[in-house]
Amino acid sequence: MTLAPETTDLKVQLQLADGWFTVCDLSRLLPGRGVAALLPDGSQVALFRDRAGKLYAVDNRDPFGGAAVLSRGLIGSQQGRPFVASPLLKQRFDLESGQCLDDETVSIATYEVRAS
Amino acid sequence: MTATLGATPTIVLVGHGMVGQRFLEALAERGMTATHRVVVLCEEPRPAYDRVALTSYFSGKTPEDLSMTDMAFIEEHGIELYVGDPAETVDREAKRVTARSGQVFEYDTLVLATGSYPFVPPVPNKDAEGCFVYRTIEDLLAIEEYAKTRTTGAVVGGGLLGLEAAGALKGLGLTSHIVEFAPRLMPVQVDEGGGAALLRTIEEMGLSVHTGVGTQEIVVDSEGAVTGMKLSDGSELATDLVVFSAGVRPRDQLARDCGLTVGERGGITVDDQCRTVADPHVFAIGECALASDGRVYGLVAPGYEQAETAAATIAADETEQLSFTGADLSTKLKLLGVDVASFGDAHGTAEDCLDVVYSDSRSGLYKKLVIGRDGTLLGGILVGDAEAYGTLKAFTGSVPPVSPESLVLPAGAGESVQLGPTALPDDAIICSCNNVRKGTIRGAVTEHNCTTVPEVKKCTKAGTTCGSCVKVLGQLVTAELEASGVEVDKGLCGCFSQTREELYEIVLALRINTYQDLLDRYGRDGARGGDGCEICKPAVGSIIASLAPTIGADGYVLDGEQATLQDTNDHFLANLQKNGSYSVVPRIPGGEITPEGLIVIGEIARDFGLYTKITGGQRIDMFGARVEQLPLIWTRLVDAGFESGHAYGKSLRTVKSCVGQTWCRYGVQDSVRMAIDLELRYRGLRSPHKLKSAVSGCARECAEAQSKDFGIIATAAGWNLYVGGNGGATPRHADLLAQDLTDTELIKLIDRFLMFYIRTADRLERTSTWLERIPGGLDHVRDVVVEDSLGICEELESLMTDHVAHYADEWATTINDPEKLARFVSFVNAPDTPDPVVGFVPERDQIKPDLPLLSIGMRPAEDVLEGSAQR
Repeated sequence: MTLAPETTDLKVQLQLADGWFTVCDLSRLLPGRGVAALLPDGSQVALFRDRAGKLYAVDNRDPFGGAAVLSRGLIGSQQGRPFVASPLLKQRFDLESGQCLDDETVSIATYEVRAS
Repeated sequence: MTATLGATPTIVLVGHGMVGQRFLEALAERGMTATHRVVVLCEEPRPAYDRVALTSYFSGKTPEDLSMTDMAFIEEHGIELYVGDPAETVDREAKRVTARSGQVFEYDTLVLATGSYPFVPPVPNKDAEGCFVYRTIEDLLAIEEYAKTRTTGAVVGGGLLGLEAAGALKGLGLTSHIVEFAPRLMPVQVDEGGGAALLRTIEEMGLSVHTGVGTQEIVVDSEGAVTGMKLSDGSELATDLVVFSAGVRPRDQLARDCGLTVGERGGITVDDQCRTVADPHVFAIGECALASDGRVYGLVAPGYEQAETAAATIAADETEQLSFTGADLSTKLKLLGVDVASFGDAHGTAEDCLDVVYSDSRSGLYKKLVIGRDGTLLGGILVGDAEAYGTLKAFTGSVPPVSPESLVLPAGAGESVQLGPTALPDDAIICSCNNVRKGTIRGAVTEHNCTTVPEVKKCTKAGTTCGSCVKVLGQLVTAELEASGVEVDKGLCGCFSQTREELYEIVLALRINTYQDLLDRYGRDGARGGDGCEICKPAVGSIIASLAPTIGADGYVLDGEQATLQDTNDHFLANLQKNGSYSVVPRIPGGEITPEGLIVIGEIARDFGLYTKITGGQRIDMFGARVEQLPLIWTRLVDAGFESGHAYGKSLRTVKSCVGQTWCRYGVQDSVRMAIDLELRYRGLRSPHKLKSAVSGCARECAEAQSKDFGIIATAAGWNLYVGGNGGATPRHADLLAQDLTDTELIKLIDRFLMFYIRTADRLERTSTWLERIPGGLDHVRDVVVEDSLGICEELESLMTDHVAHYADEWATTINDPEKLARFVSFVNAPDTPDPVVGFVPERDQIKPDLPLLSIGMRPAEDVLEGSAQR
């Protein structure tokens, strides 16, 4: 993958209770794939970057299986809405709202994320 | 009802063949088994089996596969089935049957379904050692055993069964002859022209045909074993084995002995209700019965009709008055790979009828239609191509909507038209075996909500006996679904309206080598420019990987965009387990491994604290690796000479083997070497689903090759290739694709088979379901990969050659690429910290996932690590 020079210095940051938390270089996020990040309180976040360069952050834990693996799922778009499919049993979660698209009673936490 | 007060009336069925079994089902359907005691006396040592498909025993079907008797059905309906215990005498006065075992049964109703026996011409030495008939599974087992040490076989009789028998002898490795008294093969079904077309094709297969000659004597040696035959033209044919297949005769001896009326040429005389004319308490059905039209029917479909008629009569169901007054003798067969069909008045016996004939001896085609003066289609014969049989047969008796010649001309020659089954009237019979009309099939879709062929088969029984109508069935189901407004979207997913096969063709033809390019150009309207989905990304990723060298993509699945298309398993080149850890499987080709190799694997598993288990595919699975441990584990494995086992991929898994000729007393070929060769050839090949294989060194089949996608069994002459087998939830025995192949022929054929599967299968469709689904099934696949009917074999082989030439171990590539290695971390911002919810507890001296840890969800890292097993 080739990155434009002006984006190589950008950092991915998450909005936590006490301000923006820097996770990694933007270049570590491959468009279409995710990475996991460990937060200071021990919780885990799954970060994604879509084809258009937009960033998303949700809880890394799959609420159905319990394992912290959502960052390893494939992302996609359905009628313009971005989602991630869990690698365990393939349930889809809306990346913006955290809502599970296969079970309306289940949702996961989302985080505000930026590149700066 | 004939019952006396308080006693349960008894029905005794003598004979448990296909017709007998259908009679039992017909009784059960009418509730008769609940009110009657039903006793079945079966002579053969096994209950009813599919005699029509008898010959498929030689292409790998086991006697169990052929069985038509569900023991649960027998038990559920309280049927007393006595196997291997035939009826010996009937006392009609006392209404009593005595079985060979001495058991005596009193009956209220007796049903004879004793079938027929093979006619053996009264020639000298007809009972010599080496003479057989071709009627039961036991006959086939005996022929198979005797043929093992022989080289030549002859079949007396060039009819349907005779040709099947000759094909079977050839399959057993014998030089095969057919001796037919009539001037042509299959004299009953085809005329002279059809016989000539058939003869040419059969001879091209290497079978010797002798027509117009009779057998005068079987020649034997001093020990009484067959050495040859004397023929009526004075010649002598040397042969080690003789199979008589000169027609059948009704088995009516039991009926004769108890004084029932039989016909002049045999057969128990019955009326329209299948009741014997001599005794109202006795019925006869199937091949032993002489029907009211004066004929004995040797086909299964009329027998089924008789079974239904007798059952309905015995049930005295007034709403349903069935009768049997005669039946159609239409047949469609595939004999030694040649289509042969005849229907209606095939020989043109009607007054003033005319023929329309198309004949092409070069390609072994012969088609004749018999037309009445007024244009009514009366019958016909098709040899070499019986595609139109279903349609033509249904139009028989009416004036077809198009000119008759257009129905037999090949596509492209003049005014040929494809007259689909949708043009048929509702009362056209689609399945002759089970007498199912088109209207019933349409009803299964519109009223019973069937949407697939298997559902319609189950619902209507159509296509469940000989299977020749299944293709028409598929066309009808699709047409009906479309007509009833059910949108049959065959698209891969929400992003693509094309099937996987269509996408494959697009990628190959246009050399498209990125997913985004394909999506933006060929995706559905709303999906172009988007992010795709988890269904099409891996599917397209797999197509690109399968074709990589040919379309100019990198063969490494983690290269560039390809890395973003892979499911998590392929992305981390390991198998994700339920707690987020991975398992690791190094390739052990053919299951052969040195002690040093075993020690390396043992040491690695011990050092990383992994759980080890031997897999069904003869390798070793190591569980419980964290994502950041994978590169460390693989560095050591690659150093020791191991490669990726692709246990994570939709790709070749393993080629299992037995120890083979090298060690085994029974082995006839080196199965281990062949398994290693095949595994190394096809390793890393991405396919629509996983591929499993095995090689057995002899017919004992210790490697279980017949349960694999492609399985190889050694023969004294080479290798037999089986395809489409499966274990798992829907087990399927593999079908024999080709026999006695040399090493080179075997590999060439597997190359073609695999590439054709990769090209045409749906996503996640195993070879077993693919073979069942694709139009034409196994025969079509054989035509394509053996006969090259589509002219694509060269391309298929060249695609495989490209794959083999460009294979590289993806783990070796990965551990030498720092950018790729950086992805193997639990946390992008804490590469040295392990995932705290991946923990383990001890079990039976190894580890297992700590599942409570997952349900807790989040715990401070230190607690977790203390609570888990030592790593």
